[in-house]
Amino acid sequence: MPLIDSAGLKKEYDVIVVGSGAAGGQTAYTLTLDGAKVLMLEAGRNYVPEVETPMFNTPDQAPLRGTSTPDKEFGFYDATVDGGWQIPGEPYSSASTDADKTFWWWRARMLGGRTNHWGRISLRNGPYDFKPKTRDGLGFDWPISYDDVAPYYDKVEMLIGVYGDNNGLENTPDSPAGCLLPAPKPRAGEALIQKHAKKTGVPVIAVHRAVLTQQLDFKRNAALLHPGNPRAQQIVADAMRSRAPCFWATECGRGCSIKANYQSTTVHLPPAMATGNLDILPNAMVREVEMGKNGRATGVVFIDKTTGKEVRAKARIIVLAASACESVRILLNSKSAQFPQGLANSSGKVGKYLMDTVGASVTGQIPALEDLPAHNEDGAGGEHVYSPWWLYKEQLAGKLDFARGYHIEIGAGRGMPSFGSTAGLANFVGGYGKKLRQDMRRYYGSFISLVCRGEMIPNEDSYCEIDPQKKDQYGIPTLRFHWKWSEHEKRQALHSHQTFSAIIQNMGGRVTSKQDLLPGGFIIHEVGGAIMGSDAKSSVVNQWGQSWDVKNLFITDGAPFPSNADKNPTLTIMALAWRSADYMLSALKRKEL
Amino acid sequence: MEPSNDSLRIDRRTALKWVLAASAALQLPAGVSLAQSTAKNVSGYGKDPNLLKIHQIGELWPLTLNEHQRTTATVLSDLIIPEDQGSPAASKVGVVDFIDEWISAPYPNNQNDKPVVVQGLAWLDQEAQRRFKNSFSALVEKELVAICDDLSAAKPAAQFEQAAKFFARYRSLTAGGYYTTPVGMKDLRYVGNVAMTTFDGPPVEVLKKLGLT
Repeated sequence: MPLIDSAGLKKEYDVIVVGSGAAGGQTAYTLTLDGAKVLMLEAGRNYVPEVETPMFNTPDQAPLRGTSTPDKEFGFYDATVDGGWQIPGEPYSSASTDADKTFWWWRARMLGGRTNHWGRISLRNGPYDFKPKTRDGLGFDWPISYDDVAPYYDKVEMLIGVYGDNNGLENTPDSPAGCLLPAPKPRAGEALIQKHAKKTGVPVIAVHRAVLTQQLDFKRNAALLHPGNPRAQQIVADAMRSRAPCFWATECGRGCSIKANYQSTTVHLPPAMATGNLDILPNAMVREVEMGKNGRATGVVFIDKTTGKEVRAKARIIVLAASACESVRILLNSKSAQFPQGLANSSGKVGKYLMDTVGASVTGQIPALEDLPAHNEDGAGGEHVYSPWWLYKEQLAGKLDFARGYHIEIGAGRGMPSFGSTAGLANFVGGYGKKLRQDMRRYYGSFISLVCRGEMIPNEDSYCEIDPQKKDQYGIPTLRFHWKWSEHEKRQALHSHQTFSAIIQNMGGRVTSKQDLLPGGFIIHEVGGAIMGSDAKSSVVNQWGQSWDVKNLFITDGAPFPSNADKNPTLTIMALAWRSADYMLSALKRKEL
Repeated sequence: MEPSNDSLRIDRRTALKWVLAASAALQLPAGVSLAQSTAKNVSGYGKDPNLLKIHQIGELWPLTLNEHQRTTATVLSDLIIPEDQGSPAASKVGVVDFIDEWISAPYPNNQNDKPVVVQGLAWLDQEAQRRFKNSFSALVEKELVAICDDLSAAKPAAQFEQAAKFFARYRSLTAGGYYTTPVGMKDLRYVGNVAMTTFDGPPVEVLKKLGLT
């Protein structure tokens, strides 16, 4: 993608978007296809999935058989470059040294951000998820309902391509006809879990993932997405046609050179660039938003990492889409006489109510899956089935000792042998020699994992603030995190262990390991920190992601989430970003901004 | 035991148990943050390596084992994974090179394994001398088996406790090194990593075996 450098900056833009991932990509896409002139600033380097993705590489071609290291925390072939929980020169701190109270901050400093490696699980929030406080008295309601967001879920699904089914289950919304692509068949182990989970009352249905199981209906979708805008329709149809459907090999975490799965770099940014309305400037580490005398934001200050110099860019609207915590950091570092506590922070709520997802898991060995005839189970490069939360009624009736639900991510199959899986299997089977070889063949593919992904309720003890003592290598003050799980999350994780053990026993298997509740930030679903609400006292932004204090400042990443449903947040981030961008466009047209 | 954990497909996050283990093991002095302390200077391949390049062992960091150690390692690896049904022994597909790469890497896990492997290989020679008046690599199969049976016993005797830990670690390194090669994958009857036009789900014979038809 042809990008610009600092020398190529135009004098002023309609909109500056900070960040290029799910939020930044969607925001820039919507704006540019409708004619707005946009500058996108990305802190990391340019990244081109078409030529950089190690599609068919095997572990023996990588250092250390491709296993995880502090440099590549999800393994050598993970798409993330210049990212992770630790980035040299870009520290953060935890207020507590107690592992239970730490927050681990994942960042991906690259074009497309973490969309390059994410799991592609694309679940809609349901009606309950927007009104959780109304339902059980805890946390916060959103100032919008499912019906407000549903049309945007439809649009995002049609644009990025999501496979899945409609099952009509409680608080697990169906998509209208024409939104979803066909779901792939379950793998052998997935089908076996489906059969046995039923006995414990747990439904197992097709998961929704952003992978093309067939080519998008580019003419129809483009027309529906951009009515009355033939140029946008042409550009989007061309972009959709350039994406190949999945060829049923290679893990999505590596990224996808044939563009079969969604990543911002292959789906959002190419059509936005094709409009001619988008300038992308990589290696631009944004420090702060600058204010004018009229109470409006005038632009941003960033460090050009290629020269180390401070640079300014100007626009009529500023959008932060830098990921929840990075957007919070920019706000808190944007101090002025008018905003001594940081920008858009008259409520004092910036940085507050940080949330992640509850993560816990159980693995089991299933004798029925031993020694299966060889067959290819690579599939769609991720899971095909999952279990949505199924105990809404019991929970409402007070029969459970925790308030919110979890879904189950299911792992099974004869995936590509990895260092971790085979090294672990060797010690599971024990012994050595020909017997070990025989046992390895017998047990390979006979393990399943059941993974809890649960809702965390926002609390007063989980937040981030500027560390008064630290700066990063660019001289920008860094974040300090405070974290606490409530009993709701802890009990939910325990409940998941009991459920998973029961399913494994029902399958005639035995539990081989358990993972307790992981520390904050480990699931990389951090949201909150600049929550939306219905008034300026209790929230940072309104339902459009627009700052109550600064009218031309918006946040379109996960920071405005006032709750974090068990559903993975990315699809909702994109739907809300599209909705916010539509609002910006109409405000621009009305000359309000 | 984490047989299915390192696969991105199954659950990428549980692959990071070692990160957690590292954090739990950290004895932090008061006032020092976790984030700061774990960001130690590590000179590995860095945060932005070329993912497409076919990596050659020894080009990233200097290797550790000398000729004698490699000979001992070869015998042990091939005892753990011998030639079987036409599928070659461990050392024939580069497992000893891999283990040398592994223990020589600058990352904390690898640095932890280095003394375990180096001392373990030395112990094998001492034990071979003690029992059979010979170096480990010069032992005949019956003698090798006598030592390895002691180390791989479900409950090793007290005097073999340390050596048994080495054996278990060496076995997992050998298996992890072997079964991630094309030869090892074929032996496990992994048949993926090829482009397909459709995904049709499991074949009928598999569904039948599982009672899913």
